[in-house]
Formats: sequence, C-alpha cells, structure tokens
Amino acid sequence: MIALIGVFLLIQAIPSLAQNNSSFLFSRSWDTGDPANLAFGVLDLLLVTVFSSVFALVIAMPVSLGIALFLTQYAPRNLARPFAYLVDLLAAVPSIIYGLWGAYVLAPALEPISTWLNENLGWIPVFAEGNTSLVIGQTIFTAGIVLAVMVLPIITAITREVFDRTPPMQIEGALALGATKWEVVRTTVLPFGRAGYVSASMLGLGRALGETIAVMIILASTSDVFGWSLFDGGDTIASKIARAAPEFNDPRGAGAYIAAGLVLFVLTFVVNAIARSIVAGRKEYR
Amino acid sequence: MKIKRYANVLGMVAAGALALSACGSDANAPQGGGQNSGAPAPTGTAPVECGGKQALTAEGSSAQKGAMEAFIAAYRQQCQGQQLAYTPSGSGNGVKQFIAAQVDIGGSDSALKEDKGEVEKAAERCGGNPAWNLPLVFGPIAVVHKVEGVTDLALNGEVLAKIFSGGIKKWNDPAIAALNSGVTLPDTDITVVYRADESGTTDNFQKYLVAAGKGAWTKDDGKTFNGGVGQGAQGSAGVAEAVAAGNGAIGYVEWSYAQDKNLAMAKLDSGSGPVELTAESGGKAIDAATISGEGNDLRLDLEALYASNAPGAYPLVLATYEIVCSKGYDADTTKAVKAFLTTAATTGQASLVEAGYLPLPQEFQTKLLTAIKAIA
Repeated sequence: MIALIGVFLLIQAIPSLAQNNSSFLFSRSWDTGDPANLAFGVLDLLLVTVFSSVFALVIAMPVSLGIALFLTQYAPRNLARPFAYLVDLLAAVPSIIYGLWGAYVLAPALEPISTWLNENLGWIPVFAEGNTSLVIGQTIFTAGIVLAVMVLPIITAITREVFDRTPPMQIEGALALGATKWEVVRTTVLPFGRAGYVSASMLGLGRALGETIAVMIILASTSDVFGWSLFDGGDTIASKIARAAPEFNDPRGAGAYIAAGLVLFVLTFVVNAIARSIVAGRKEYR
Repeated sequence: MKIKRYANVLGMVAAGALALSACGSDANAPQGGGQNSGAPAPTGTAPVECGGKQALTAEGSSAQKGAMEAFIAAYRQQCQGQQLAYTPSGSGNGVKQFIAAQVDIGGSDSALKEDKGEVEKAAERCGGNPAWNLPLVFGPIAVVHKVEGVTDLALNGEVLAKIFSGGIKKWNDPAIAALNSGVTLPDTDITVVYRADESGTTDNFQKYLVAAGKGAWTKDDGKTFNGGVGQGAQGSAGVAEAVAAGNGAIGYVEWSYAQDKNLAMAKLDSGSGPVELTAESGGKAIDAATISGEGNDLRLDLEALYASNAPGAYPLVLATYEIVCSKGYDADTTKAVKAFLTTAATTGQASLVEAGYLPLPQEFQTKLLTAIKAIA
C-alpha cells in the first residue's frame, strides 16, 4: 500500500520535476503561477516543516515524560485513570479545532510572551526579529505550541504503556536496596523505558510533520525566506499543498505540489522507520 | 421502556440536526445589512419559464458562493421543485468540470482564456457552439485597515500599489498624508496582510493595482500574491481576523467579511475625490465597465473598469462569471438553465446586498437578460 502511494506520487511528480527551472531540493522560492514556466524549490518548506515540528517536540517531550512518570509511578491508581483518559482525549480533538483555537485564542494571548522573548532574548537566533507581525501572532512559535499540544497525547500514551511494563522485580529490587522513589525511577524505569520514549517521540514527530489544517490556519505565509526565527511565518509542505489544492487546474502545477508531497512522504516514512527500528531493537518490548 | 429509549435517540438526532443547520447558515452575511438599505436594485423583469431538467449542477468560484445561495433560494421559490446544486470548489475546477460536461454551468472569477485553449475546449463541449461568459455576480473588494486613531482613510491605486509592494512602509508616509489632509497618521509600521491561498480576490486586487497603480505596481497579477511583503493568512476570514488583530495592518477582503468584522474600510480616490464603498458606488463602477466580448459573450474589460476615474464610483470590484453554452444543451437543460439565470438576474438580485454583493445596474441587467434569452 505504502509502495503504491509512493509510486503514485512519483509518477505524478516526474513530469513537473523535469520541467522545473530551478533546483527542486535547494531553491527557496516557489513559483507555479505559470504552468509553462515552473520554478519551484522545496527547501524553505522543508526547513519550516522540520523547524516547527522539532520546536513542538522540544516542548512536548519533557512535558509528556513528566505526565507519563507521574501517572505510572506517583499518582494513585484512581487518579491516574481519569487523568490518563483526559490526556488521551486531547488526541481526539479534530485538528481544525486546534487550528481555530491556535489562531483566534492562543495567538493573541501569546503576544506578550513572544514580545518579551523577542526583546530580551533577541540575540539568540531563534528569538530574533521574524518576518511576521508579533501582534497578530501567526508565527512558528504559536504553531509549534499548538503542534506540541497535538503530539502530546501520542507521546504520553506510548511512554506510559512502556513505563508501566517496567519489571516489578527491578523496582522492588531497587526499593529493597533502599532507593527513594526518584532513585527507583532513575535507575529502573527510565533506563527500561528510554527506547520506548524516544520512539514515541518519533511517532509524535511524524504526526507534527504531516499536520496540515491546524498549521494552515495558524501560520501566516510570507514572501520572505525563512530566517531560523521562531517568529517567522512561512509554510510547511502540508499547509502549502492544502492552500493550493482548491485551485489545481493544471497537471504541471499540481505536479509541483505532488513533488513536495513526495518529500514529506519520504520524510515521515524515514522518521517512522527510525521509531520502529528503535523499538524492534529491544527484545523486552516484544 | 424501549419506546422511551427511541424517543431519547430521536431527541438527540433532532438536536443534532438543529445544531448542524445552525452551522449551515451563511456566515458571510454581514450583520450591518441595514446600513445599505436604499441600494439600487434593478427593476427589470423577465418572464421565467419553469421546467426542464429538475436538478441542475454548477461548480466553480467560491467568491460567488454567497450570491449563488441567494439565487438558488430565489429559483426554488420561483420554480417549485426545481433545484440547482452549486459546488464552490474554485474557479479552476469550475472551468474544468464545465469543459468536461460534468456540470451545466461553470462559475469562474475570470473569463475563459484563449491562450490556455479553454475557449476552444468549451466550444467543443457545447457541440461546436461558443460558450458565453456571463458576468452575473459582482462583489466589491474592501481595503481594510486597522490603525489606532485612524478610521477615515483615503487611498488611491498608486499608494496602494506602493504599500502592497513595500515601497511605503510607515503609516505617516508623505504619500498617504497627502491624500488625508487633516488626519493625524501615527508613526506605525505598515503590516500588509494578504491571502495565502490562491484566490480570485487576489487576482482581481492585483489587476486593479496594475491598472490603477500608474506604473507603481511592477509585479505580476495572478491568483497568488506577488507583492513580496507582509504576511499571508488563510482565506478571507483569516485576512479579516489578522487585520483586526494587528495594529497598523492593512489587507483586502470581500465586502461581506469587512462588514462582518466591522473593520474600517479605506475610501478610494481615483482622481475625482475619495469614494466610500457602498452598493451605489460599486454599481456606478460596474456601469463604467466595458464589454470586450462579442455579441452576447459579455466578457468584461476589467482594465478599463479598474482604471476609470468616474466620479462617485468605487472601482475595486470583482466580477465573477457564469459560463454557459450558447447552444448545445439538450432541450430540458436549456429550459432549466434559462429559467435559473433569468431568476438570478431578476428576483435573485433583491437579497444580494445582504450577502455582500452588488446588485446589477439597470443597463447591465438588460444586456444580461438579452443574452440569457438568446441561449437556445
């Protein structure tokens, strides 16, 4: 099935790639307005996609680790269940809802924070002056935070499962040796669950990379190139395709977007493959 | 017991249906529709011969969705049991589906293009007869802005072209000040907000900048914004939202969105004084439009419309076409298409202002009715 999708994308993309006037992988501009004179490059889209997803992961990973540890090791059973259910529920919220919430509620609310970060930590490249208005707030910063909320339940759910499976013998052994609760976590739960946690994060990353509607609504596109700031706008590969899809009227122009889609396909495929290989390498999880 | 449970389920379904139908109501309809009362609705009437194909299909431009809904409501009232389903999937799709004979009427923001071979292919679809472009729906584009302390702003094509291509960066630029004597303009950066998705609104706005910019707009027109400044937002709703949120922001949206969000709309000064956007001033602009198509093919010369400096006219108007076969439908379809278009051009005009569109000026309505009558 996956191979078929790949083949479909490839077949659709090749004619446009052949007609492309600029380097597909290294050009930063995207111009498919004139189907007879295509000049598109995926680099900027790819950078924004990866940058926003990695930022989301930077936020989501520690938070979900904390939640998973709390739920499996610290919380009493009758509190852990409803709480875990609540976190799982986050995954059930449709992404359009996240998008609207991010654009209309979160973006204005984040304005003081992003302005403060920009003014006081602006010397760090990621907090530097971006190419979109902070007041409007449709930045990678906002989009990344929403993405973090979206991937949080995925990472938490898997990590929780893995932590739950820590052999009781090990935990009891550590306790018998006089370890405190935190030492138990550090010496048994974390080493046992690390691979599961990392692969859960990878799955979350795959989700963030491909997120379309929420990013499309939140993120402002710009005409400037991406400058490695969280306060930049831009387009991810998925949002770019979604924005253009209603007006596809020429197979050559559409092919350009399909070529970008192919890049995203390969990227998420690789990320998920890495996640799987990490899990597959550990025989405890089988 | 069992009956009671069914009743519960039924209640849920009914409530769900109510909630859903509430969502379906047209969000584009401006709240302040009352302020436009007294708009000049055309008075021409034409007999509508109901009948023919029961369920017509049309597809295309999303810019005319609201107008189409008004037309469909009028059509169903006029001709009991007759239907038209409009799919607002974009102009490109509208033309494509029309050419492929999947729909009876195509809706498009631009007339069929000769150089893309659309004219030829459309003629082929119509059994060798030319297809006509009928500009049935006109929607003005509002230049919305949010600058603290400034509610009354006048701009012209040249200044707009410079703002939207980065030539003017501050609100207190002398060029803006020159058009707004007596208004204190702040030293705020201008944030340009454009449509991030491809749209006919952008296309028409850029065409206006080309025609009215007096050479200040050096970029192309087209469905993607080419100004090279500012930030893009998704859809007209997104642009309106972004402009409302940002101090110093300026953008362009269809009229209904500007009214919905209560945004300040700039007046346009095409050389004979600043003109506010109203149904009347928009109608005057349509009157000034010249037709470049032959006979009943009412393709418009928008360049002349955009560049006109007719006093009291608001020239930034988007025209969307219904693309129909002049001949070549089967008899049933012909009858229904004519009935629908006639209704749209007459009784359908009444509720257009409410939906954020311009009613047809009298003279233009006559031309359209002649063309519709000639469909055979």
